[in-house]
Amino acid sequence: MKYVDEYRDGKLAHKIAEDIRNLVKPELDYYFMEFCGGHTHAIFRYGIPDLLPENVHLVHGPGCPVCVLPIERIDAAIELAVRHNVILCAYGDMMRVPGSNRASLLKIKAEGADVRMVYSCNDVLMIAQDNPDSEVVFFAIGFETTTPPTAIMILQANNMALKNLSVFCNHVLTPSAIGTILESPEIREMGTLKLDGFIGPAHVSTIIGSQPYEYFAEEFQKPVVIAGFEPLDVLQALVMLIKQVNEGRAEVENEFVRAVTADGNIKAKKLVSEIFELRPEFSWRGLGNVPYSGLRIKQKYRHLDAEYRFVIAPSTGKENKACECPSILRGVKKPQDCKLFGKACTPEMPLGSCMVSSEGACAAYYSYGRFRMA
Amino acid sequence: MCLAIPVRVETLLGDDQAIVELGETRKQISLALVDNVAEGDYVILHVGYALNKIDPDEAERTLKWFQQMENADQEINRALETGSHEIR
Amino acid sequence: MNKRNPFGAKLNFNTGVVEMIHGAGGKASSQLIDQLFVAAFDNDMLNEHSDQAKITLPEGQVVMATDSHVITPLFFSGGNIGSLAIHGTVNDVSMSGATPLYVSAGFILEEGYPLKDLKLIVESMAEAAREAGVAVVAGDTKVVEKGKADGVFINTTGVGVITNGVDLSVNKIQPGDKVLISGSMGDHGVCIMSKRANIGFESNLESDSASLNWLVSDMLSQVPGIKYMRDPTRGGVSAILNEIAYQCGVGIRLEEDQLPIKEAVRSGCELLGLDPLYVANEGKLIAFCPAEFADQLVDTMRQHPLGKDAAIIGEVIEDENGFVQLQTSFGGSRVVDWINGEQLPRIC
Repeated sequence: MKYVDEYRDGKLAHKIAEDIRNLVKPELDYYFMEFCGGHTHAIFRYGIPDLLPENVHLVHGPGCPVCVLPIERIDAAIELAVRHNVILCAYGDMMRVPGSNRASLLKIKAEGADVRMVYSCNDVLMIAQDNPDSEVVFFAIGFETTTPPTAIMILQANNMALKNLSVFCNHVLTPSAIGTILESPEIREMGTLKLDGFIGPAHVSTIIGSQPYEYFAEEFQKPVVIAGFEPLDVLQALVMLIKQVNEGRAEVENEFVRAVTADGNIKAKKLVSEIFELRPEFSWRGLGNVPYSGLRIKQKYRHLDAEYRFVIAPSTGKENKACECPSILRGVKKPQDCKLFGKACTPEMPLGSCMVSSEGACAAYYSYGRFRMA
Repeated sequence: MCLAIPVRVETLLGDDQAIVELGETRKQISLALVDNVAEGDYVILHVGYALNKIDPDEAERTLKWFQQMENADQEINRALETGSHEIR
Repeated sequence: MNKRNPFGAKLNFNTGVVEMIHGAGGKASSQLIDQLFVAAFDNDMLNEHSDQAKITLPEGQVVMATDSHVITPLFFSGGNIGSLAIHGTVNDVSMSGATPLYVSAGFILEEGYPLKDLKLIVESMAEAAREAGVAVVAGDTKVVEKGKADGVFINTTGVGVITNGVDLSVNKIQPGDKVLISGSMGDHGVCIMSKRANIGFESNLESDSASLNWLVSDMLSQVPGIKYMRDPTRGGVSAILNEIAYQCGVGIRLEEDQLPIKEAVRSGCELLGLDPLYVANEGKLIAFCPAEFADQLVDTMRQHPLGKDAAIIGEVIEDENGFVQLQTSFGGSRVVDWINGEQLPRIC
């Protein structure tokens, strides 16, 4: 597979790992946060930690839009399917996410609700056309990568004058999340979370470009290197980050030059701003309320907004008190530091957001890395 | 986040649709988010939509980057300091 | 003497459909059984039209296995629910080292299901049975109302005999043993998924559904010391390796570079965010043998058409926690976890 296999070459991986070993200053400890769940996945899937010297530490950030979705939003989707009898369409990632009382889309499907897994939001248009007598709701989630497809779908639904389709919008913004982490007391005041730089998300950046990260590099004096999706990209980004730290620089660099430009995808960005606007605030599981971090559908397209079409009862869902997700999502604690990890909280029975999706720090660690603890 | 994969545009179908190919698998996807795509181009595919084109020159440059000796300067300096003739 | 024909016109397989009366036990039932099932399976025992088959088994340990098949879609590239059913049960029996001999087939049919398709399914079963050298000697047919079954559900039970004194057992597995697979993994699962609505992609992949008994027979007759065999189906190679590791209190270490995976399976899995280790197979087996016989075993398997891509994929190690690990091509390692249900396609 071109543009995939070359970036997974084992021999080159060892060579780059050697570069890292030669670059690191033995007296320093380097802490880098990867923000993108796909990067977390790649790191564990290829066993990258085994290749790194001991003084390079990878901290896992809240880069998974599934994990950070608050429990109330899952409850709302469940309510739409169960009480309002809609055909609820969702990506595979959402099917097992637990809402209150451990309900999930897969569970309510088993109990008779019409929940359909889709690969593309385009499929939802067809489902709406094939079921003109039913209300069809698309459970939209994702960062800036996944938002433009939803925008197109809303535009098409509008052009086709579909009367039975609406979107439950939960799209969120990456820079806001990075900002929240960097603003957290552990970093700003207490200095207890050591963070020397960021591995910037791959595909989000193809849309937003490298420019939005300039603010963070300058304001917080932390280097950001945008890395491609493959393991060699991640390793090369580490080389670039280590060099920046050694040289005392805090710049935005782009390793993923084959797909990311400074401006990103202007056509996609324009489309998104045509359909969506910023919510004043949006609640992130584990991070609390983050201002200007979520999107909602603009007035012009409100007739396609599920939150306007349906009256959804406010949820009373609460997180488990012992859950350390807020700390883990911000990189302050590790999965093993949570009392629930691997015992009451497992991928089969996830209690908190970090265990919910395969991209979450706890889930990734549980699935790929826990045998090192045994 | 954002599972996306580079795929080759095999056939343009009009109406912003195309058939793309990845290692013997083919799929119909939307090109609505990208302009000026030609058959033979590579795009990044996510949830049935192309997000961006892959720049083949930059892709080559990246691979060459990987292969460069990263620390040639440091190694030479270290050898000079210690008097060692060994350069790894 | 002219025998009267009580059935009237022959069943119309072109445009006819399954009806409730076909399962009611009366004349219509008999006609369906006679003109479809008995005609297709055609053997002395079935031709007797009794409710049971009297069978005589050769000397040796008797082995029995049963499976119910509820797949969707019913037809796929490389087979259908019928051939799959026969292959699955023949394989279950064969994995013990037994020669599979007889199969029973119970059908639950949905009212309205086209007889044309049912005929194709049954004829596939007959062909699969002939190829495997087994006879379908008993069966049952029931019909349920429209909406209460997915077209066709099939249960097959197989009986075989271990005639060569072979004694395969999971308890024989020890650290140091090698793990082998008979061919590429994930073919069936990706093939099925490519046909599913809302995911659809095109691929030349065919299901690998096949009867493995002749391959097993070659392996057992030519290589001593084979300890245990299992055929990975739903849940992929990961599911059975995790089960075995847990049962035996050992670890299993796989080598990523040695796993045989077709290009079309790799790309199909990449598109959907799946791992081939968790994807279903229907015509592959995993074998455990002492290290000193591994090369001979893999060579033997490769001589057979169903084993031409056989490979040694790992070894059993000391690990009382029973983890299945993968040595990645990077030299790092990770756990191949025992997941709860099915791996679902993801976008994140």
